[in-house]
Amino acid sequence: MAAVVFEHIETTPGRKTWKRLLRRGGALFGLSVVLFFIALALLAPWLAPYDPLATSWSAVRAAPEAAHPFGSDELGRDVLSRIIWGARASLLAGVVSVSISLALGVPIGMAAGYLGRWVDALISRITDAMLACPFLILAIALAAFLGPSLTNAMIAIGISATPIFIRLTRAQVISAKAEDYVEAARALGNPHLRIALRHIFPNIVAPLIVQATLAIAAAVIAEASLSFLGLGQQPPAPSWGSMLNTARNYVDQAPWMAIWPGVSIFLLVLSFNLLGDGLRDALDPRHK
Amino acid sequence: MLKFLLQRLATIIPTLFFVSVLIFGLQQLLPGDPAIALAGEERDPEAIRYLREKFHLDEPLPMRYWYWASGVLKGDLGASMRIQKPVTELILEKLPVTIQLACMAIVIALVIGITAGVISAVKKDTWWDYGANVFALWGLSTPNFWLGILLILVFAVQLGWLPASGYVSPFEDLKGNLSAMIMPAFVLGNAFAAVLMRHTRSAMLQVLSSDYVRTARAKGLDERVVVLKHALRNALIPVITLGALGLGELLGGAVLTEQVFTIPGFGKLIVDAVFNRDYSVVQGVVLFTATVYITLNLLADLAYFLVNPRLRV
Repeated sequence: MAAVVFEHIETTPGRKTWKRLLRRGGALFGLSVVLFFIALALLAPWLAPYDPLATSWSAVRAAPEAAHPFGSDELGRDVLSRIIWGARASLLAGVVSVSISLALGVPIGMAAGYLGRWVDALISRITDAMLACPFLILAIALAAFLGPSLTNAMIAIGISATPIFIRLTRAQVISAKAEDYVEAARALGNPHLRIALRHIFPNIVAPLIVQATLAIAAAVIAEASLSFLGLGQQPPAPSWGSMLNTARNYVDQAPWMAIWPGVSIFLLVLSFNLLGDGLRDALDPRHK
Repeated sequence: MLKFLLQRLATIIPTLFFVSVLIFGLQQLLPGDPAIALAGEERDPEAIRYLREKFHLDEPLPMRYWYWASGVLKGDLGASMRIQKPVTELILEKLPVTIQLACMAIVIALVIGITAGVISAVKKDTWWDYGANVFALWGLSTPNFWLGILLILVFAVQLGWLPASGYVSPFEDLKGNLSAMIMPAFVLGNAFAAVLMRHTRSAMLQVLSSDYVRTARAKGLDERVVVLKHALRNALIPVITLGALGLGELLGGAVLTEQVFTIPGFGKLIVDAVFNRDYSVVQGVVLFTATVYITLNLLADLAYFLVNPRLRV
């Protein structure tokens, strides 16, 4: 009996997916780096060697050395400390904006896919209209009208990424709706809301998780882009994008100011991309 | 063909309507009285009164939309509050610079992306394939403004080969123009090359395993002829269509690239407008970009229809 139970636990879909994910070197690397940055963001007050806002006139644009391993910026602030604190803004922006996209996109996409007819036609046209505006230009326009701040940047990125989730959810629901188990649930007299939430939704979660992981990568770049343009995190609060914006003016005198924030963005985005690709392969065995 | 065209146009009209509603709606996001927000920091009462009248702010929302949309239909995207020029004129003034940048970026992306995609597919599961995939991941994960700064650091600051920023018209100095545009074009084309590489690789892999390629090989044709003449020509059909859709994203990327290299193009226009709180320009640029994107979509569909004989049956 115990062996049967053990075997059952061993073969649950979640465990299988986890095992498949861990077998992929790229995904494992991505997961490790993402976890590293999460730890960095959470433990920032203890890990950062200096206050990220503390200026020091004796260390203006100091080259990397033992006291400042990543050097210091134009106001003598420690670059390493600002990178560590900046991880908070990037990860927060990635997670919050994708949560906004999911919270808006999944219910709207489910309504379009499940209800069909004029509801689908209307939602699809609105989605097409949003997709017609390039992601970054729409985010810039939204952030411009909402006003520059990290919160507004997250809202702008979240809204701009919503149509992708509407389209994906709609397509998945349309395909799931034709499955036998949904027919059976309908034949048993289940109400529509229950069919949608209890029977269809759990079966469309996998592609949503993959898309959400890849969308976090896009959101991290978008937040850095908005902060680079001065529409995201406002100075003096640390953000990798705004650090690069300042670094642009000192590239010939203090190149380290530009190197480390860029490396951080690149590593975090690369890791989410690798994790997303790995999850897609692990969740769909047909993908190789 | 005519039926297909009419069907596509029938979906474009409501899309354009919703795009206009969306962009008009942006104005409603302004906190407080839009006239005060639009008047800028001076808050000149005369300007506020003028704006209230001009944008019909005392009238109901649907009426305001009607006035705005009828102006847009006549090609009137409003006027810049700061520069006192029609937005359409400003866009047309800046557009050639961005078109040149985008065209150069596309050429770079096509050369790198398609070459890497073909090599990756032909040499599947070899170091060439892994290398091309690493390149694609690099392209997709590198923020283009950072790549721009790195290239400035290497080619302008360290080596002194290229100018760090600025723009010269090709009609004044072609050599100067090309040396100023090559770095920004590479930066803009980098991510697009990665996307094209992935699409080319997957299309080539599919085509290379098809029967007619096997037949071409069985006939004893040279492998280069099989790959370039038989496989690539067919694999490029979906790639070209997808490439056309990527042009919209290039316009988004141009905003950051032009900012890094101080190029006075379309992207810099929107950024300057954002900081000058020149909201009519922001709205105009977004509307223009969306219309270009929708038109490119339509052209891509038509191209796909024309080059794919199966759709014409």
